[in-house]
Amino acid sequence: MRLELSPRQNVWPLFRLLSPIFAMAMAGLLASLVIMILGQSPQAAFDVYVLGPLDDSWAIQEIAIKMVPLVLIATGLSFCFRANLWNIGAEGQFTFGAIIGSILPLLTQGMGFGPWVMVIALLMGMLGGALFSLIPAYLRAHLNVSEILSSLMLVYVAQLLLDWLVRGPWRDPNGFNFPQTVNFDAGSLLPVLMDDGRLHAGVILAGIVVLVSMIVLSLTLFGFRVKVIGSAPKAAGFAGFSSKETIFAVFIISGSLSGLAGIIEVLGHIGQLKPSISTNAGFTAITVAFLGRLTPIGILFGAFIVALTTIGGENAQIMLKLPLDLTTCFQGLLLLCVLVSDSLTSYQIRFVSDKPSPTTPIEDA
Amino acid sequence: MQTDEAPPLVSMRQIVKRFGQFVANDQINLDLAAGEIHALLGENGAGKSTLVKILNGLLQPDAGEIYWQGEQVLLKSPRDASEVGISMVFQQFSLFENLTVAENINAAFTEHDTHGFGVRALADRIIEIGEDYDLNLDPNRPVHTLSTGERQRIEIVRALLRHPKLLILDEPTSVLTPQEAEDLFLTLEKLASGGCGILYISHKLHEVRRLCSKASILRNGRLVATCDPKSTETVEMASLMVGSSVPELRAPALHKIGDIRLHVEALSLPSQDIHGTDLHHINLDVHGGEIVGIAGIAGNGQSELFAALSGERLAQEPRHICIDTLPAGLLDIESRRALGAVFIPEERLGHAAVPDMRLSDNLLLSRHGTDNLIHGGLIDIRRSHRLAHDVVLQFDVRSASKNPYARHLSGGNLQKFIMGREILAEPGVMVVNQPTWGVDAGAATAIRQALIDLAAAGTAVLLISQDLDELFDLSDRMAVIYAGRLSQTLPIQNLTREMVGMMMAGSEVDHAA
Amino acid sequence: MDISQSVIMTIMTAATPLLLAALGELIVERSGVLNLGLEGMMATAAACGFAMAIVSGSTTVGVLCAVLSAMALAGLFGFVTLSLGANQVASGLALTIFGLGLSGLIGAGFVGTSRPPLEPLFIEGLTDLPGFGKIIFGQDFFVYTSWILILAILIFLHLTRAGLTLRCIGENHHSAHAIGLPVLKTRFRAVLFGGACAGLAGAYLSLVYTPFWSPGMTAGRGWIALSLVVFAAWRAERVLLGALLFGGATVLQLHAQAASLGLPSQLLSAVPYLATLIALVFMSLGRKSGTVTPGSLGQPFVPER
Repeated sequence: MRLELSPRQNVWPLFRLLSPIFAMAMAGLLASLVIMILGQSPQAAFDVYVLGPLDDSWAIQEIAIKMVPLVLIATGLSFCFRANLWNIGAEGQFTFGAIIGSILPLLTQGMGFGPWVMVIALLMGMLGGALFSLIPAYLRAHLNVSEILSSLMLVYVAQLLLDWLVRGPWRDPNGFNFPQTVNFDAGSLLPVLMDDGRLHAGVILAGIVVLVSMIVLSLTLFGFRVKVIGSAPKAAGFAGFSSKETIFAVFIISGSLSGLAGIIEVLGHIGQLKPSISTNAGFTAITVAFLGRLTPIGILFGAFIVALTTIGGENAQIMLKLPLDLTTCFQGLLLLCVLVSDSLTSYQIRFVSDKPSPTTPIEDA
Repeated sequence: MQTDEAPPLVSMRQIVKRFGQFVANDQINLDLAAGEIHALLGENGAGKSTLVKILNGLLQPDAGEIYWQGEQVLLKSPRDASEVGISMVFQQFSLFENLTVAENINAAFTEHDTHGFGVRALADRIIEIGEDYDLNLDPNRPVHTLSTGERQRIEIVRALLRHPKLLILDEPTSVLTPQEAEDLFLTLEKLASGGCGILYISHKLHEVRRLCSKASILRNGRLVATCDPKSTETVEMASLMVGSSVPELRAPALHKIGDIRLHVEALSLPSQDIHGTDLHHINLDVHGGEIVGIAGIAGNGQSELFAALSGERLAQEPRHICIDTLPAGLLDIESRRALGAVFIPEERLGHAAVPDMRLSDNLLLSRHGTDNLIHGGLIDIRRSHRLAHDVVLQFDVRSASKNPYARHLSGGNLQKFIMGREILAEPGVMVVNQPTWGVDAGAATAIRQALIDLAAAGTAVLLISQDLDELFDLSDRMAVIYAGRLSQTLPIQNLTREMVGMMMAGSEVDHAA
Repeated sequence: MDISQSVIMTIMTAATPLLLAALGELIVERSGVLNLGLEGMMATAAACGFAMAIVSGSTTVGVLCAVLSAMALAGLFGFVTLSLGANQVASGLALTIFGLGLSGLIGAGFVGTSRPPLEPLFIEGLTDLPGFGKIIFGQDFFVYTSWILILAILIFLHLTRAGLTLRCIGENHHSAHAIGLPVLKTRFRAVLFGGACAGLAGAYLSLVYTPFWSPGMTAGRGWIALSLVVFAAWRAERVLLGALLFGGATVLQLHAQAASLGLPSQLLSAVPYLATLIALVFMSLGRKSGTVTPGSLGQPFVPER
């Protein structure tokens, strides 16, 4: 027995739309299996992972908070991935954005300058992420160095830089030697939107980014250009689209959105710099981007699913004693399932036995 | 089946092959005797390639049987085919650029084939067989340093080293000069006289008449006739292939030859890729109202010249390329389009069009800068749909849906769309590379007619092609490109196929350049 | 044992996991497949190997389980990218995420447990030879395996028919298919081999390099190994050179930290990553396109039926 693929002539549009849902079902089934192996009931796990976090307004706000960095980073990544550029160092751009964005709040700490600090910090965060993404972009555009490897190496560099800063020069002198900076002024933090939770204005920024990206990707020449470069590089040259410029453009977009995500995390609900500002959002966002089929609306949906299961995973750790890594595992599995179901939409799959093929003539002509 | 003393060497019975809905081979029968040179004729898309892929084990038929010397065989891979004695020479070569000639040949062998001789001995065998059949090769050269003709030699030597009883050749002369083609025919005749059966795929009727003793003609996946090409009229075979009378080209309306619209002067450009060709000191003028042809074997700098003229690669100085007297050597492709030039690359899917985009988006590809399609960065989607639809209507682009994906069009229809897209931009200069490559006869005639009419309307057309018939049919003047050097341009009346063939093989170029 | 000998020994210790993983990936990439899941396979193997070594009390069982677990992940990758034609880059990333999560699941129960690392070889009269005695006769199983692997890969690629087949398939899968070479089968085997090597590398980390298992202990070594393959221009002997250079950088960093030069430890920890980046840049300078990269690297192959 072996598998044979043949391209589908016409793909039913609904099929394409349903493919991520199919992928989720597939990943869910596999996860249930693992949970059973770990000695828990999948039913109970489903309650905790999926239904639990949807229970009350507080939890829903937590989901939204978790979604913000995922949506921002994944939207940026969708530009890169559409252009067939594999920026997998969003985590590093996120961290560097958080570092650069924190400079001003740190310097002005205790001076009570108010929201202007926040606005400039957000811009500086974007700038930081963008600058950091320029390194892989330059190396790719001018020296043809694989952006996959270079962007990833920089993740470690950024994390070590942050670690050094919060243990060294930026450490809170009155922080009992904890590796963290002082708490930023409340005035330089993102405003909280609701009284009964932590939902902050980052949600609004993420919403704006999604809207703008939708327009840019589907209606502008720039969006067209990104698609052409990713889908047929020679045709892009024929259209007069410079691949170098596009590499820089999509990396800057992706880097600045990752940087924005970083500083929003800091100013939104952490309130200071410490080594663990990220919960792997830069990598999880890759799953989100694919789950959303590289479209902004899809990314919203994908981020919701991933945020839901992440919070569910935290609850499950407490309530079911299921390890937190199960969530990472599930997300990796989910990405694999998304890719598999993408394949199933473009190819028809047949099981073929290795026995001789029938040689009987067919009935009609 | 035949159970007499002498069954045919190979016999294909009721072969059916489908790709999805499309029936590529519909109950095809074919018999070939030892020592016979048998032509498989048909247009692009008629099912020739599918049939020989089945015979070579690359594809499995959905129904039907293959008999080898009277016994039924199952050919599940090219290995199986080569074991019974079937070898194939591919049109788009099955070679590995970075490997040596000997490694390329060895790769196709099994332990069984090399039984008795190791890798060292293989090199000797390559040289030996090269001497026998006049197919000289250096076993230790990497393939990317070889010319197209030499690459074909590797394929042939690879096939011959396995002592085939049946040799299949897919359009072998498309990469050869007329003289090289004649040499190949001599080799094939020598093989056939030794008892080897030869299945010769072509759409060039004069070659088939010259070489083959029998011809099977395919059309739309069906076998429509089997005949003796030497005693059948060319016109008759042609109409059997096409299915109707062969369309004729209309002569252009009387028109004047105008000023120089494309001027190339001392254009030299080193290749960026180790597998590419450097351009050396190219001089060329194309006047408004004329078609200038550039002949040459594939891989002699045609794509590099196209890239330099289109602006996909910039020249070294502005004056090297002038469009309507304006120095354009350092302008990018969009700026050259703004000067009224259009370009049609050889590769349709992936270069001239994006396979996974609809025609309206593919229209944007080359016309986003010149047709008022972009307002403040936003695409005027309605306008791009309308312009694409104009092309579809005026150039008879046939497809199942109104605005299909480029990859869903047949080669001919996609090429008509691409031609139409560029012609409706009302160009002053057109540079086109291999416009009818792999296109059915009807579309090819339509495309050639469009080029004639375009020139008659005053456009300067530069036609790069490997099809000598096409060049002699369309060109007013012609030059030959060889190893990145371009010959003098001569009026078509002063040229013969033999002269051009010599120039394509590299002679004469020195004094002409 | 003199100082230079001990420095060389530590360099080799640091280089071996990189070498093993990179050699496996080299074969995978030479066949035209890009498996970015190296980090995930190594992490899973490290956890699985350690867990099973503790449970069974046998290092051999641990190593075997490490190799098998990484091969299972590689098989999953092969199924998704080869049998189903999915995007290799994204699938590799997914495998890394999955593998890192899985390693956490497997290793969770073993945090804080330690076991004696594998003993190196000792041959009376040879290992205690002055100078190179220990370097040649005093290594452990993994080091010798990596040496044999380099030789075996060199012989395989350049002197065997199977090696020629693999190179052909990596360079141009369409041509290879046309002349009847088994593209997908060869690739699947290459991917499994790559998994086995990543498994050895992972086992080395948790069974030799340290006496314990900790989450994230691969620390990007899978990615560095991937970079090594590029750095080595897809040649086995250069992978050795690269691995020793990186091993050297790691050891230098450890010594610098011990010597407390006043440099921040994070800067020194960043040295391997920065060195990788610089090496990638250095290798790409002056390289013309189409020279060394396997021609069909990363492209899915779906034969016409």
